[in-house]
Amino acid sequence: MIEFDHVTKRYKSNIGLDDVSVKINEGDFVFLVGPSGAGKSTFVKLILKELDADRGKITVRGKNVTAMSARNVPKLRRNIGIVFQDFRLLPKKTVYENVAFAMEIIHKPRRIIKKQVPQVLTMMGIADKANKYPDELSAGEQQRVAIARAIVNRPKILIADEPTGNLDPDTAWEIMQLLNQINQLGTTIVMVTHAKDIVDKMEKRVIAIEKGRIVRDEKGMYGYKEALEDATSAFDTMPMNSRGTFKAGFRRGGRS
Amino acid sequence: MKTFAYTIKQAFIQFGRNRSMSVISIFAITCMLLILSLFFILFINVNSAAETIKGDYDSIEVFLLDETTQDDANVMIEDLKQQEGVADAYFKTREEAMAEFKARWGENGYLLDSLQDNPLPNSIVIKIGDLEKADAIAQHAAEYEGIEDVKYYKSTVDKLLKATNFIKISAMVIMLFLIIVSIIVVSNTIKLTVFNRADEISIMKYVGATNWFIRGPFLIEGILIGVISAAISLGITYLVYDQIVDIIGDQVYKMLSMPMVPVGFLIFNFAWIFLALGVSIGSCGSIISMRKFLDA
Repeated sequence: MIEFDHVTKRYKSNIGLDDVSVKINEGDFVFLVGPSGAGKSTFVKLILKELDADRGKITVRGKNVTAMSARNVPKLRRNIGIVFQDFRLLPKKTVYENVAFAMEIIHKPRRIIKKQVPQVLTMMGIADKANKYPDELSAGEQQRVAIARAIVNRPKILIADEPTGNLDPDTAWEIMQLLNQINQLGTTIVMVTHAKDIVDKMEKRVIAIEKGRIVRDEKGMYGYKEALEDATSAFDTMPMNSRGTFKAGFRRGGRS
Repeated sequence: MKTFAYTIKQAFIQFGRNRSMSVISIFAITCMLLILSLFFILFINVNSAAETIKGDYDSIEVFLLDETTQDDANVMIEDLKQQEGVADAYFKTREEAMAEFKARWGENGYLLDSLQDNPLPNSIVIKIGDLEKADAIAQHAAEYEGIEDVKYYKSTVDKLLKATNFIKISAMVIMLFLIIVSIIVVSNTIKLTVFNRADEISIMKYVGATNWFIRGPFLIEGILIGVISAAISLGITYLVYDQIVDIIGDQVYKMLSMPMVPVGFLIFNFAWIFLALGVSIGSCGSIISMRKFLDA
């Protein structure tokens, strides 16, 4: 579905991605984790062809993105849905209009828009909010609208860039359930995140990027090895009092 | 077709939402076009003056003394026709000269009727085929007996043509400059609209709208601004130039023996030029202002 073959992308002063090869299969649910500036955004932007790779080949749904002409980029993006941390809803449009907008700009007939938008809103559990404006909704509801907009054109791939970053844990978990549901309907999901608890709880494939390289790619926890290492080193350097007990506790792992 | 309707609708909505900026742009571009039209008018009139002068340039007029007979003149004409570079030479009676003069004065020609004697002399008109030889012909004609004067405006014509060329070139440079300024003004207006809608544009891009689909409404908005400005300045130019021709047209004609370019002809040509300018200023402005947003 998405394949990176020895992809390198450099910026003027630092490395975006360094010789990255990875394959994401159809129907996968993948977490992209790593510290800020590690290359996660570069990874996503390369898939969307917002950036061009310096070296290597990127294939999305069998199409060579690296060699794609600018004219075909819109077609590529129509098959990829995107959800952002800050929702990016249009404040002057209602929920319904925000979702319909995504269909209007690719010239879908009104008849189909009228049918599909309510369906998607129902699926997202916000059918009753159709005529509300974004600022009348809670953060969680706004993110549901954003997801509805991302999937209304039934893309094969959904990219979620820290979709739970602005949400409280309960709401975040609800959003994850929705994403899981969308994934089970066959959509490949690539989610960039810092939320360790969510990644751990979901038990999906985790690709960890650091300094432009993939340092880990396995099913399971957010920072499986690092978490252990962190814990060990934290233990080693932990100041002890005279009785040999810890002065303070520490959170295992923590956000990296 | 549906896309086109969408584009037009969006353009008008944007134009309306951005009303104050649109009005300011229209005002600025109208001013620019008016200054431009000033130079156009100057340019066109100078050009037509230059053509008139050039027309005079290819003839030499030899004025005869009153005692010179037509037979004497015929001898001169035969001799002149032998000269190299002469296309034609013919006799013009004082009556013909007066008739021409009256025609030039037009409506005021009746004033000449009050003259009791015709003060104009008979003359020989020499049409020159080869302008290089004009000097030699004029000198040769001056040697005849029984002539009063040889009227030949070469140096004056040269100076005038030099001056008109200078005016033409400076007018063109200034026009070019004004067009560039207009494009910058429109592009800044559109840039504001684009900034206001940066979110919407980025979402459109992510959902897979084509660049032309995104650009369309802004393009139409720019063109709309350009066309409205063109129409306003065209109207103003018409009214003002009509007045000018009314007031000084006759004087200009008498002084330079050349009519001003008529208002109808001028406006008809301006309409096309202004429309083309308005459309290109508007579209260039909007394309320039959107370039950054549509790069990726």
